[in-house]
This record gives sequence, C-alpha cells and structure tokens, in this order.
Amino acid sequence: MVDKPLSLKSSRTLQITYNLPISRTSKFWEGLKEGKVYATTCQKCGVLHFPPVADCGECGSSEVEWTKLDGEGEIVTFTQVFVKPASFSKEPPYIVAVAQLKEGIKALAWLTGIKREKVKAGMKVKLVAKVFSDKVAYEFVPL
Amino acid sequence: MGHSRFGDRSDVNLSELSFEAINPALQSADLTAKEIPYMSLGSMGVWSEEPLPAVVIAEYCGLTGAGLVRCEAACASGSAAAFNAYSAVRSGQMDTALVVGAEKMRQIDMPTVMEMIGRAGYYMWEFENFGMTFPAYYAIHAVQHMEKYGTTEEDLALVAVKSHKYGAMNPRAHLQHEITVEKALASSMVAWPLKLYDCCPITDGAAAVVLASEAKVKELGVEDPVWIEAIGVSSDTANISKRETYVGLEASVKASKMAYNIAGILPKDVDVANVHDCFTIAEIMAYEDLGFCKKGKGAKMVREGETEVGGRIPVNVDGGLKAKGHPIGTTGVSMLAELTKQLREEVKPKSRQAPMKNYVALAHNTGGTGHYGYVTILRR
Repeated sequence: MVDKPLSLKSSRTLQITYNLPISRTSKFWEGLKEGKVYATTCQKCGVLHFPPVADCGECGSSEVEWTKLDGEGEIVTFTQVFVKPASFSKEPPYIVAVAQLKEGIKALAWLTGIKREKVKAGMKVKLVAKVFSDKVAYEFVPL
Repeated sequence: MGHSRFGDRSDVNLSELSFEAINPALQSADLTAKEIPYMSLGSMGVWSEEPLPAVVIAEYCGLTGAGLVRCEAACASGSAAAFNAYSAVRSGQMDTALVVGAEKMRQIDMPTVMEMIGRAGYYMWEFENFGMTFPAYYAIHAVQHMEKYGTTEEDLALVAVKSHKYGAMNPRAHLQHEITVEKALASSMVAWPLKLYDCCPITDGAAAVVLASEAKVKELGVEDPVWIEAIGVSSDTANISKRETYVGLEASVKASKMAYNIAGILPKDVDVANVHDCFTIAEIMAYEDLGFCKKGKGAKMVREGETEVGGRIPVNVDGGLKAKGHPIGTTGVSMLAELTKQLREEVKPKSRQAPMKNYVALAHNTGGTGHYGYVTILRR
C-alpha cells in the first residue's frame, strides 16, 4: 500500500440526459399545466392508481380512465433533506412528505409553505399542481 | 472465503480489490481459479469506470472461461449473486461456484454518490422532482416508528454506538473507532431526524465465498463446511408511497418467513445474525421484521443489550453496515464470510465471537428501500 494513493482522472467524461417517455400518460402532465392532478382508474378491476399508469398491473387490463384527484389528505410521515444529491445542491433543505389522500391512495411530494418544526403526522394537506418556468410538478401545501 | 479490508480503498482498482477477496477464498477452498466453472458477481458499479465488472475481475483473477454474470439487486446484489450461484450448484448444473461482491464507491465525488443512490428509489416519481435520498427514505420510517412505538433518537444512537464498538474490534472495518451516544446525537443532520452517525459510510470493499455441492465437498475433503440451509427472497413496491406502513419492510418479513420455512427453524434458533443496518432505524426494524422480537419492541432489544455478544441474539457484531461499511454489492457476500467465521468459532478477538448453541446463523440483506429482500440461513 502506498501512503498517498495515486490516480488518473478519466479523460472521457459523460453528461447524460434521459428522455422520459410520457406519451401514454400525457394527460397527467398536461393536467398539471392546467392546475389539475390526475390519477388513473382501471376500468376492469376498478383500482385507482397513483402515480398514474397506462396499464393495470393488478388485473392486466389496459383500459384505464383518468380520474381527477381532489388532493385533500393527511400527512402520514415526512422528513427534511439536508444532505442533498448533486442535482439538488442549490435547493434549501426541503421537506418531503407522504400523505394519505381521501381517494384512498398515498402520494409522495414536497411539502411547502411550512416549517418542519410545525409539521405533524395527521396534519391536513392538499396535493396541488405546480408550474415552473421549465417544467411541471406537484406538491403538498398545508390546508 | 476471503474479505478485503473495507474503507477508502483509493490505493487499488476494482480488480485489485477483488483479488484481495478472491485469492484467499480460492486458497481456503484448496481450489485454483481454473477449477471454478462459474462466478456470480454482486456489484452496482455505477461509481466506478467499468460497465462490465464481472469480466474485468474474472480476467484479472484468472477466471476467464468460467460462466459469468453480474447480479443487481441494489444493496442486496451480493445476496442476489449468492442466490444465483447457489441455484446453479443446487440444480446440479455446477459442482462449485464462486460468489464475489465488489464495489468501489469512492471514485466519484460524494454529492454524485448521493445522486446515484437517490435515483435508485424510483427515478421518475420520487427523484426527478423530489430529490429523495436513501437517508430520507429511512428517515420517513424512523419518523413513523418513533410516533407509533415511542422509539427515540437516543435509541437510534445506541445502535450506532453498538456498531462502532464492534467495528473497533474488526480490523477489516471501515470505521474502527468507538463513539458515544452524545457524539452520535450531536452529529450533523443528514435527513431529519437521521444524523451522520445514523448512516452507514460510503465504502470500498470486496468479499468472496466458494460454494460447492455436497459431493464436491466430500471430494475436496473440506473439514468444516458451512451449509446454506435456505435463501428466502421477496420484494416490495418501487414507489415508497404504495407501501402500507413505514414501520418495517414487508420484503424482509416475507423473505425471512420463506427462509425459516425452508430451513425448518424459528427465529429463536438463530445464534448470530447480520442484518441490513444501512441506517440505525433499519437495524431496529430488522429485529422486528425477522421475528427476533414483537413489532415495536426493536428499540427495547438494543436498550437492554439483547443483540450484543452475550445477549439473547448477537447482531452485527462485525460492526454491521454502519461501522464495517457498506460497499453496496459486496455487503451480502461480506455477511456470508463473517457468519461462516462466526459458525466456525474462528472470530478474533474472542470478544466479538457469538456463543454457538444451534450453530445457525442468519444474514438479512435489503436492496433499495426495502425493494429487494434476501434472508439466508447458514448452518454448521
């Protein structure tokens, strides 16, 4: 073993950007632009899926319909991320929560507009669409 | 079996690191590389430069020509490789097989490591917009466990103190220093309420074990074989939001039940265990998920020293992922190497040798945030 390890820097570098196919769930992403959050409901077995899916893994049917979520729910659990991934390094520490929605499904998203010290399991929140200049997403806000 | 020193191993490349484990493993089995017909590698490998690590390692270690595969089950890749090799031997296809775990995680910067691991939750739905990290995933479990069962941040710190105590006795461990509860509680926040000392380090390391059929064991005249009695496997949803609760990992419950059934044993028969403590809360949940105690009583086990050497069931007395380190694809193989030593009562110093009654050991290896569950039962 050497005292100070020697290494070469790889001279070939990669910068990867993936194209994320959303053709079959485009209504979800379009909906967010209009301020709506959609899930999908299987027309055969009736299961409500969130995140939305084009095919139902529960029964194998590809007949799914879009269901607009009211978005009201209660916090199940949460955290606040201090040590962040490289691509989130410019964000202040963010709160991520899982909430049970009254439609009977859970969702994971950032919880904004509240300090972590005030967040409690059982707290009422609403899942809302969020439009940025370059993308769309969704988040929880306190009710 | 063979086991490299874990830690910041910037002094070696992936192949050289693997050689440190593979060569002693072959020597201990009295086999040469040319006699190995099949090698199964556990490795995630996104942090080191070789996209096909199995062939690179095989060539370096003289295994070219053997059947090769790299298995991916995230942090349980080592157990997946063991299952793959075990199946090859058990089916009669192979008389021997080499299981290798090898991971070099420290060749890229830390924020990028956090990025690569965080993306491995569910990129599309939990990373792209929400930047989930692995500490964050386990933090949401800690929050619910604390709320439901009264587990405290001090309890989590006690797990870290125990891991560091045994890590300090293990010359192969990444972190070989003892810590105090105060030091753990005062460490910097990573993902509230988990702090630095609740998290395993980013580690380089390799481990290897040779598997052989009963006939081959006889032919080789292996004096003190340790047998794989069972490997239980299971999985859970990719989306964490689709889980029923956040107080345990269902994949661990299901994989352990399968393993106990196949081996025909009960949790109380286990003399020593290595559980997947990537975070302190994960060790407490593992006690419960594996049936070492009732749901919600995991913290009590650590408070009362039940999982120390001399306790009811010693757990992670090699330092665990927390102090020994967690080279992702290596961990499952490292557990098998450690437990083989435990079963043979060869652990040094003796202060971290678990007393043997039934000569039964259990390895619990989780991939992702409970995405993959593997439980292996060994017997001597």
